[in-house]
Amino acid sequence: MADQPTPAPEKKPAGPEPRLVVTAWPHVRTPESVPRIMFSVVAALLPATLVGLYYFGANAAWTLLWSIGAALGAEWLIQRAKGEKDTLGDGSAAVTGLLLGLTMPPSSPWWLSAIGGAFAIGIGKQVYGGLGHNIFNPALISRVFLLIAFPVEMTMWPVPVPPFPGLDVVTGATPLGQLQVGRLTGKGLGEAVDVSLGAAFVGSIGGSLGETSALALLVGAAFLFAKRIITWHISITMLLSATLFALVFWLIDPHRYTSPLFHLMTGGLLIGAFFMATDMVTSPTTPRGQIVFGIGCGLLTMVIRTWGGYPEGVSFAIVIMNAFSPMIERYTRPRRYGEVRT
Amino acid sequence: MAGLPAGVRYGRPIRGGIHPPYGKELAADSHTEDMPLPARVVVPMVQHTGATAKPVVAIGDVVRKGRKIGEAQGAVSAPVHASISGRVTAIGNFLHPSGREVPAIVIESDGTDDWAEDVVPPVEPEGMGAAALRKIISEAGIVGMGGAAFPTAVKLNPPAEKKIDTLVINGVECEPYLTSDDRLMVEHAVEIVDGVRFMRRILGVGRVVIGIEDNKPASIRAMAEAARSLDGAEVVALETKYPQGGEKQVIKAVLNREVPSGGLPMDVGVVVQNVGTAFAVHEAVRHGRPLIQRIVTVTGPGIAAPKNLLARIGTPIKDLIAAAGGFKGEPGRVILGGPMMGSAVYTLHVPVVKGSGGVLVLHRSDTVTEEYRACIRCASCVNACPMGLMPNFLSVAAEALNFDEGKQYHPYDCIECGCCDYVCPSRRPIAQQIRFIKAELRKKAEKAKAKAA
Repeated sequence: MADQPTPAPEKKPAGPEPRLVVTAWPHVRTPESVPRIMFSVVAALLPATLVGLYYFGANAAWTLLWSIGAALGAEWLIQRAKGEKDTLGDGSAAVTGLLLGLTMPPSSPWWLSAIGGAFAIGIGKQVYGGLGHNIFNPALISRVFLLIAFPVEMTMWPVPVPPFPGLDVVTGATPLGQLQVGRLTGKGLGEAVDVSLGAAFVGSIGGSLGETSALALLVGAAFLFAKRIITWHISITMLLSATLFALVFWLIDPHRYTSPLFHLMTGGLLIGAFFMATDMVTSPTTPRGQIVFGIGCGLLTMVIRTWGGYPEGVSFAIVIMNAFSPMIERYTRPRRYGEVRT
Repeated sequence: MAGLPAGVRYGRPIRGGIHPPYGKELAADSHTEDMPLPARVVVPMVQHTGATAKPVVAIGDVVRKGRKIGEAQGAVSAPVHASISGRVTAIGNFLHPSGREVPAIVIESDGTDDWAEDVVPPVEPEGMGAAALRKIISEAGIVGMGGAAFPTAVKLNPPAEKKIDTLVINGVECEPYLTSDDRLMVEHAVEIVDGVRFMRRILGVGRVVIGIEDNKPASIRAMAEAARSLDGAEVVALETKYPQGGEKQVIKAVLNREVPSGGLPMDVGVVVQNVGTAFAVHEAVRHGRPLIQRIVTVTGPGIAAPKNLLARIGTPIKDLIAAAGGFKGEPGRVILGGPMMGSAVYTLHVPVVKGSGGVLVLHRSDTVTEEYRACIRCASCVNACPMGLMPNFLSVAAEALNFDEGKQYHPYDCIECGCCDYVCPSRRPIAQQIRFIKAELRKKAEKAKAKAA
């Protein structure tokens, strides 16, 4: 104010003033945080982990130790090499290592688990720039890599021998493996498959370390739903579309195609739907996009299971859909308030 | 809320939004108290959107309460009045709640509290036309009391080609902790409705819809009762959810109309006014009193005795905090307004202005201050955005200084409510990043314009 010559007196406060925090609004925030989300996922995976240990014992523990250890080691080393802050505390590397371990054969050799853990973090995540930037689910892209590079070791399925067996291993076929053999040899379903749904529910069947018990996975999923870390948009949609697909073929020929319930309870469909496809970084952020993504995951899984060269298709399905995430997102943006369509 | 009063309906749900801890119970039941007369007020010449008012008194002048001390400048502006009686001791630049220093007039109280001689009730306001009523409102320095502080007389004068059919009265008060509108509605519903009556006459509309969040049952009852004297007026209860009180959100919730992107409420035939503004209109039209005081909620975990105070404009917030028993524990942040959109101040020598609904004191432990992390694409912000935007992409674009990329995600539609920030588990300052994109795009556009000219 040039026309007001009087200087402003007493700008300085008279008394001592408190030292205040000054930041931009908003001044309050949710207590939710990245580490809390990650460690909630770990907690949600504990039931499945415990069931895996119960049925597969020392071998399973060894597999998990190496995959988690290698994932954490790779994360620590690469952050250090980049000259960036240590990120072990955000929990994401631990989740990746655990998820990978849970999707490996329960008696994997130590080097397989270690390569897997390091690949997941190094190639699956860090080459893209670290947390939040990767295109593919790191645990799954690593699993797919291992499956292609080490097909023998990745399909050695120990028979569950509860409780907490030692290092001795007897191998057998997984339910989906039996199914594929039946399909390829032209045997009827009844002859090829000897797995009861009850066994699949509690987890006393062959399969990846953490995928065998539907019950344990459902308990973990319920926890994630309650904490609102996952929603129905991807998970339930994926399960529903896979179920519908299976139902159609089962109704067409129940002797050739197995029941939807069998598909749901065996293999990696549950762990995939609740813990893998729902990975935040690699799935769409738009609600409608998540539905499309979930449907894609479910249908691709069933296409691979039904006609593919591999007995199981969950990993491939999710990784393929990961690649479509950006495009799906682009075409499924929410409707804006007051949007003027032209 | 269990059972709405007769004639009150529920509004439509709005998209997105959040449910932060409300903290309204701290002050909601405390009857408004008159602040003791302050010894000294600093009255800024800018308390509104628009041109700074020009001082019309000189140092040494003796002014009485209600005397005009700042003259409005131009079409969009508002005059400013003495809020206490006493002597003008300084005119200069003083700290404003916005953090800037702005022209202000300092008045030292002489202990008296008489109205200026020209503060007299208008004669027969019932018979007045729109222009005369608007003049009273304009001369009384009335601005939007909900925070944006747009001059009310201007808002009540939409261009002739915009056909207005509904006056929406905003009593939502969705900012956590604040209870000033709530108290006003409970204590002065009749006066608010009287103000609404005059605003309606100015606009020439029949329909009035009053929106109130359902966490204020006493206000809903009081307003529904008072609104019975006004034909064509109804009260609509709204879900308690932030930012239910955003202008666009209220319109959608009570009328199911959407203001088009880039447009104004009048584009869908609506004018929105805050309940505090309606009360100020009543004061001006019935009693001739200019806007020199308002209810301020002084509250928060860091305040000893949270309460609602009727405070004179220009009172330093230090006095308000003292009147509410002082601090409880060590203050962390002192915020003018609510926790979502209020501004944190660094000194307690900031004056109350017309748009100040509250003084909120939080402890350090009540807020989270930590470094932000990479976006993990959790979609919380997409789900929380009441405007249907994709704050995650805007945030990432701002971080990469990629403003053209940011433009594709409609930053101009952002109402800056801060829901995206609130929900972000990576603590990203998304709302500020969107403001940054807007500012940069605006700069760029101006540069391009200057080049073309």
